[in-house]
Amino acid sequence: MQELVNIFVKSIFVDNMVFAYFLGMCSYLAVSKTVKTSVGLGAAVIFVLVITVPVDYLMLKYLLNPGALSWLGEEYASVDLSFLSFIMFIAIIASMVQLVEMVVEKFSPSLYASLGIFLPLIAVNCAILGGSLFMQQREYQSIGEATVFGIGSGIGWFLAIVAIAAIREKIRYSNVPPALRGLGITFIITGIMGIAFMTFMGIKL
Amino acid sequence: MAAQQEREAWFSPKNIKLLTNPINVDNPITKQVLGICSALAVTVKLEPAIVMSLSVMAVVALGNFVIALMRNSIPSRIRIIVQLVVIAALVILVDQVLKAFAYDVSKQLSVFVGLIITNCIIMGRFEAFAMQNKPWPSLLDGFGNAFGYAWILVVVAFFRELFGSGAVMGVQIIPESVYEMGYMNNGLVILPPMALFAVASIIWIQRSRNKELIED
Repeated sequence: MQELVNIFVKSIFVDNMVFAYFLGMCSYLAVSKTVKTSVGLGAAVIFVLVITVPVDYLMLKYLLNPGALSWLGEEYASVDLSFLSFIMFIAIIASMVQLVEMVVEKFSPSLYASLGIFLPLIAVNCAILGGSLFMQQREYQSIGEATVFGIGSGIGWFLAIVAIAAIREKIRYSNVPPALRGLGITFIITGIMGIAFMTFMGIKL
Repeated sequence: MAAQQEREAWFSPKNIKLLTNPINVDNPITKQVLGICSALAVTVKLEPAIVMSLSVMAVVALGNFVIALMRNSIPSRIRIIVQLVVIAALVILVDQVLKAFAYDVSKQLSVFVGLIITNCIIMGRFEAFAMQNKPWPSLLDGFGNAFGYAWILVVVAFFRELFGSGAVMGVQIIPESVYEMGYMNNGLVILPPMALFAVASIIWIQRSRNKELIED
């Protein structure tokens, strides 16, 4: 249990997707103009990460890792398919996003309307694929740990995009040098927020 | 289609523009806002940055070419899946080559090789260019955008490595005597947020020189 809490807090603050690894920067910069849309996108990212990370974990464990196919029989025990993990992950993410889109459309048309174009765009958000790849690299021991990591990194991304959207709404009234307007100042604010988030780095859990 | 290909010279002015535009005025990072994630994360040292640029160049140029060849036979409803499969296949190739010939760098790049799949430059160029154009211009467009991406990576990585560890490509540049006089490496430059400031400075310089790029 303690291990799970540890992973959860760490993936939100210490290993924050945006500030420590710059994942999902493209949509982070493009969709953070108003708080309302960024809340929608952030929620969708949490949702998709919670589903895809555990599913990818199961794929790794029972299909791709060296020796993962041993449940098929003795002769498959030496098969190593881990080089296929990229194509497997992206296929799962794309199909999961499609599935989530259909389910949301069927059961909650209002949520579907508010998320709109962001749902399909999530398939190419690097935070999602990054979540699965980090899960593979850090070798989490159980599906519980993988799920908690997915939730945590989703919440971390959500916090980051909502915070930058709130700042960008305010900064519209400030006098920024013309050449820095828009993209430039957003980069600088993100850098300053990143430095602030680095204060969490010393925390040992 | 083949006849048209012959009429237009291989390096006509229009094609040269495809190659040079993304390097400055239409830069993928500073103008189109594509492929930021990897640009920031792999620029602590020069060597991984160069390897990353070459990998992206291979994937975006070949991918653009392949997609342009298939552009008339891809149904538009499933084009994202088709594009992802092409990209993922190319990235697996790049990853295997890196693991075989440059294992240390491949370890340093860690997940970012895999993340070339979701690098928005590639999807962005497929959608914006390769789906409407012939293979040869698409190949040039891929190379042009990859060069635009590469020079930003190299500039950022050069300064971060120089000020962060006093070296370039792992070779010590700042001499020992300077350290003895009290000079110290700037540890802050190695930390992730400094990459953002470096890219912001490039954007600032570029946009002050070229007023057309300034946003509203």
